[in-house]
Amino acid sequence: MELQPKSMELQGAPKSMELQPESREFPHHFLQEFPGIPSPFSPRIPWNSLTLSFRDSLEFSHPFLQGFPGIPSPFSLCFPLEASPRIPWNSLTLSSKDSLEFPHPFPCVFLWKHLQGFPGIPSPFPQGFPGIPCPPLTLFPVFFPLQDIRNTVGNIPMEWYQDFPHVGYDLDGKKIYKPLRSKDELDLFLEKMENPEYWRTVQDRQTGAEVALSEEQLELVRRLQRGHFGDVSFDPYEPSVDFFTHEVRIHPVTNRPADKRSFIPSLVEKEKVSKLVHAIKMGWIQPRKPKENVPTFYDLWAREDPNSVLGRHKMHVPAPKMPLPGHAESYNPPPEFLLSPEEELAWQQQEPSERRPPFLPRRFASLRAVPAYPRFIHERFERCLDLYLCPRQRKMRVNVDPEDLIPKLPRPRDLQPFPTTQALVRDFFGNMRLEFGGILGYGASGSRAGTEAEDSQEKLGKGADPSISWNPNPSICLVAVAVDEQVLLVNPGLGDRLLVAATDQLLDSWEAPEEERIQPVRWVPASPEERAKGIRLLVQHSKPVMQVTWHGKGDYWASVVRNPGSRQVLIHQSSRRWSQDPFRKSPGMIQCVQFHPLRPYFLVASQRSVRIYNLLRQELTKKLQSNCQWISSMAVHPGGDNVICGSYDSKLAWFDLDLSTRPYRLLRHHGRAVRSVAFHRRYPLFASGSDDGSVIVCHGMVYNDLLQNALLVPLKVLKGHAPALDLGVLDVAFHPQQPWLFSSGADGTVRLYT
Amino acid sequence: MGGLEKKKYERGAATNYITRNRARKKLQLSLPDFRRLCILKGIYPHEPKHKKKVNKGSTAPRTFYLLKDIKFLLHEPIVNKFREYKVFVRKLRKAYGKSEWGTVERLKENKPTYKLDHIVKERYPTFVDALRDLDDALSMCFLFSTFPRTGKCHVQTVQLCRRLAVEFQNFVIASRSLRKVFLSIKGIYYQAEVLGQPITWITPYAFAHDHPTDVDYRVMATFTEFYTTLLGFVNFRLYQSLNLLYPPKIDSQAEGELKPAEGKEYAMDSESYLERLSALSASLARAVAPTHEDEVEMDEFPVEGETAELMDAKKKEQEALEKHKKLFEGLRFFLNREVPREPLAFVIRCFGGQVSWDKSLCIGATYDAADPSITHHIIDRPRLDKQVVGRYYLQPQWVFDSVNAKLCLPVADYFPGVLLPPHLSPFVTEKEGDYVPPEKLKLLALQRGENPGEESEEEEEEEDEEEEGDNDKEEEEEEDESEKEEEMKLQKMEEQKMEEQKTQTGKVRLEDKQRLEQEQQNEEKRLAIMMMKKREKYLYKKIMFGKKRKIREANKLAEKRKAHDAALKEQKKKNKKARQA
Repeated sequence: MELQPKSMELQGAPKSMELQPESREFPHHFLQEFPGIPSPFSPRIPWNSLTLSFRDSLEFSHPFLQGFPGIPSPFSLCFPLEASPRIPWNSLTLSSKDSLEFPHPFPCVFLWKHLQGFPGIPSPFPQGFPGIPCPPLTLFPVFFPLQDIRNTVGNIPMEWYQDFPHVGYDLDGKKIYKPLRSKDELDLFLEKMENPEYWRTVQDRQTGAEVALSEEQLELVRRLQRGHFGDVSFDPYEPSVDFFTHEVRIHPVTNRPADKRSFIPSLVEKEKVSKLVHAIKMGWIQPRKPKENVPTFYDLWAREDPNSVLGRHKMHVPAPKMPLPGHAESYNPPPEFLLSPEEELAWQQQEPSERRPPFLPRRFASLRAVPAYPRFIHERFERCLDLYLCPRQRKMRVNVDPEDLIPKLPRPRDLQPFPTTQALVRDFFGNMRLEFGGILGYGASGSRAGTEAEDSQEKLGKGADPSISWNPNPSICLVAVAVDEQVLLVNPGLGDRLLVAATDQLLDSWEAPEEERIQPVRWVPASPEERAKGIRLLVQHSKPVMQVTWHGKGDYWASVVRNPGSRQVLIHQSSRRWSQDPFRKSPGMIQCVQFHPLRPYFLVASQRSVRIYNLLRQELTKKLQSNCQWISSMAVHPGGDNVICGSYDSKLAWFDLDLSTRPYRLLRHHGRAVRSVAFHRRYPLFASGSDDGSVIVCHGMVYNDLLQNALLVPLKVLKGHAPALDLGVLDVAFHPQQPWLFSSGADGTVRLYT
Repeated sequence: MGGLEKKKYERGAATNYITRNRARKKLQLSLPDFRRLCILKGIYPHEPKHKKKVNKGSTAPRTFYLLKDIKFLLHEPIVNKFREYKVFVRKLRKAYGKSEWGTVERLKENKPTYKLDHIVKERYPTFVDALRDLDDALSMCFLFSTFPRTGKCHVQTVQLCRRLAVEFQNFVIASRSLRKVFLSIKGIYYQAEVLGQPITWITPYAFAHDHPTDVDYRVMATFTEFYTTLLGFVNFRLYQSLNLLYPPKIDSQAEGELKPAEGKEYAMDSESYLERLSALSASLARAVAPTHEDEVEMDEFPVEGETAELMDAKKKEQEALEKHKKLFEGLRFFLNREVPREPLAFVIRCFGGQVSWDKSLCIGATYDAADPSITHHIIDRPRLDKQVVGRYYLQPQWVFDSVNAKLCLPVADYFPGVLLPPHLSPFVTEKEGDYVPPEKLKLLALQRGENPGEESEEEEEEEDEEEEGDNDKEEEEEEDESEKEEEMKLQKMEEQKMEEQKTQTGKVRLEDKQRLEQEQQNEEKRLAIMMMKKREKYLYKKIMFGKKRKIREANKLAEKRKAHDAALKEQKKKNKKARQA
């Protein structure tokens, strides 16, 4: 049991510690009253030899102390408890685990924190306190010299008065004001300069008054700051006095006979030994391994074999090295590498992972001014993560000259003639469809015929999206015009008078058959007024007609009806005024149809594919997959073996019928939907018009040699049409003989390019 | 038909890869152990070519390892050591719990350890392989050697890293293999060339680290564990290749010189050795005494297919390299105390210079500031009160710039307090079309032996003089002759201009034609691009985009520079006027 006064802690000392530090040390005061006695509290006094009696006072008595001469025996210490003469001990209650508290106005708290480390020593002391576990207890009533009361508020936290000008009240109920502390910096400074006591002046928190510390207090503060004991005379290193001498004496201290167990071998030990022996036998306990005396580093590659590459190293992808720093990373970079304020702001606002460069370039005037880089450890760590977490893949970097990627094509100027410049513009109202008639039997040029046709159509025209088609037979002068639900067969009366008459005769030579046949359409001869206009026959369809197209011979023609479901395509024979529906089942939404120029084939373009039917055998010959989303138009090469399809997803597909049912080439020349495509009859040219307002003329040479594929070369981008209502060029058509191109646009113009 | 039904994902790519979790289960390791194993063995995830196939049809993001790699890990003896260690920890915890101190002691004595030698050999079958992968190892070791000896990692690791780093630096000095140095804002980059392999590493500036909280130091420690082993072996081999003793010993002669200089109780004996070594001022002891006749000229064997020109170029290069290695030979440097000692001492010693510093700054100072034989005094403060005649006072950047330029640069730009010229990265080699800073152009000219800097300055001065001449009429009168000359010049200029105009008028037509031609060609190109296949067009567009961006960036830099220079000139003029007024 150590009863060292320094081990006592005192809580709730009534006065502030800075001012009254000696109140902690009070046990010492009364110990010093007994000079000549080695401090009775510093030696170890076992609890069981202490008796404490307390009625009015605490009393210690110990046999050991009786042996000292000159001390009144029995030794007793009387604690003068003047401050609180009667503290009824049984009023002690346990308030918390660590401290005893007196429920007494006199504040006094004891700690036994330090005393709990001695289990097993029976404590005679706390028997009078039920509910206190056995820890030995030292009780020292706290007393302190009574001081003048510094304030009237008592022991309360002084923060409560922080915002008030006073602290407590006097007996008359008037406020006790704090001393004024409205000193500004200057006052403080002056005071600091003038007051020699300034450095030792502190503020008393309880009253707010300034107190100059005395010499003793200063000494105490210094000692505490140095980590010494507060009491000058206290010696922490005084030699300890043993209770019993450490020297071996010839006589035993007790006269007890030796135990029997000291004569016989220990069973417990035997058991332990046998366990160890067993463990050694079983190999559970190994002798200490001898330290290997191999040098940590040696020549590891002494016998290196460059061929001994592990199997896994075949798949090894070495980690790329860290990129080397550029000029911008320098501590003193050229000024152009520094970011301007705007750039810096933009850099700050970017995501850290997207920043380029990933660090902020900075400039320092000298090496001395360069600070540590705050993200250095981060960067090393990220490198570590990259090394072991980042999936690696061997990527072949294409190292090609971009010029090599451009295909080598014949130069367009070598492929002349083709239309290059705009020669003619003519305004019309409404949307135009272009069609050139006549293999020049009319004397008039094809273009004139075309515009004439347009004229006539305009005279007739009411429909928004009419279709018009010249009869390709040179010996017949006839135009088929689709207007709404009617198809008009018009004799424009152009060209040779004989031809015109012959055409009329051909149409009029029809005789009604004996029995009426059920037809999908109604053939109506034109009324005299209409006849005066040139109209010869009206073919009444049930739904609006989208397209009409003639067969090469000039007798048959086909019409496409906007009729979702069945009966979309009808084939008519004008000489016999007879129509039929060739398909039993509809092959989907039909976009357009074409007769094959040479063979008895009929091409039907549905949304995604083009079907080719043999009209003689009445069967499907081929189905061309266009790889487009929605076919808009179709044209057949005059040679007959090639077909082009324009589509609304801005592609143009070139089919070689001998090659495959897939497109030979898919041209993505246009930026927007392709509305129409056309082949030239004589020159190897084809053109496509698109919603982006441009017409692209391409060279499409087809060779007779079956082994050689067609040569496609874009020749010219013709611009001129202004897009209107999101529509650009609506239709394109070549001149039958000349390398001229006509285009009609949504802006209401027809343009001629020569 | 017949045969068994072919199941999906049981052949091909799906069987070559394994997800991380499955790999972990196969190896029966916890995630941290698996991570350690992967780091030590250098196993990394692979990105399969067809992720969906490998992922059995799912597109969930997963990391895949090669199955071969994982099978290869199965045979690793270290895996067993990991398990042993786990058992050891369990036993130790139990012993602690039961307060069986004897057992604890016994267990601690038999703590399982493992060695990484075989892994190093396996990952780097040849020495050159190891050198190739030394960058990260060095950077990491240099970083760890600056860590405090408390907290973040084991003290032994820090000490070992420091030792290895110092050993490597000493080797670089002894072999004179440093090539490039770069002071960046992040730290100092060094590049050495060992056995033809460039080795680049970065060291942080010598400041205490503000240790980030979002960094997993265990991962870094595992990497360092491997890197220290690797670097140790590499160091051993490198020292052996130079006939140096390993562990390094300071040359006894040099040691004798050092002894009296050093204070008596600088550090403990064990520590002071490393300190002296890390001072980098003494040469190392050789296993075999060096003889000066060692440097036999290598015979030249003409390689087939090599022309004489190539040979000559090679020879020239070799000579330049030798010259570069002896850049600071014969120069004596003194480092002021505000200068970063270690990097400068390292760099100067690498190129044959002698270096010293204040005795109180560090151990290993060989001469003091008053030594009259000092040629260069490195200083990093605006000005010095007492200057000794007979030596250059220079800012530290001079040393680094000289090393990168491979010649001792003119000192005028680097005097203390002077605005330093930009410090350029030696790692950038500008290709055609890249932006080249004007300083680099100047440097290249210097290397070629021209002296453009002075000329331009003179020109500037001349310009200034001209301006002054405009202002001062008195001077004009004095300089009649010069006027005549000027007239002559003017005449010539006029003639030249006339000629230019003539040629211009001639050219205009040509240009028109050319322009037409150009336009036509451009259109042809555009049409040809239209005919490209989709994939090629994509590639072409990508390449062109990259090229354009590069050009744009270069232009931007050039523009910025131009603006900056203009502003600077303006400022100068203003200052001059202000001074005159």
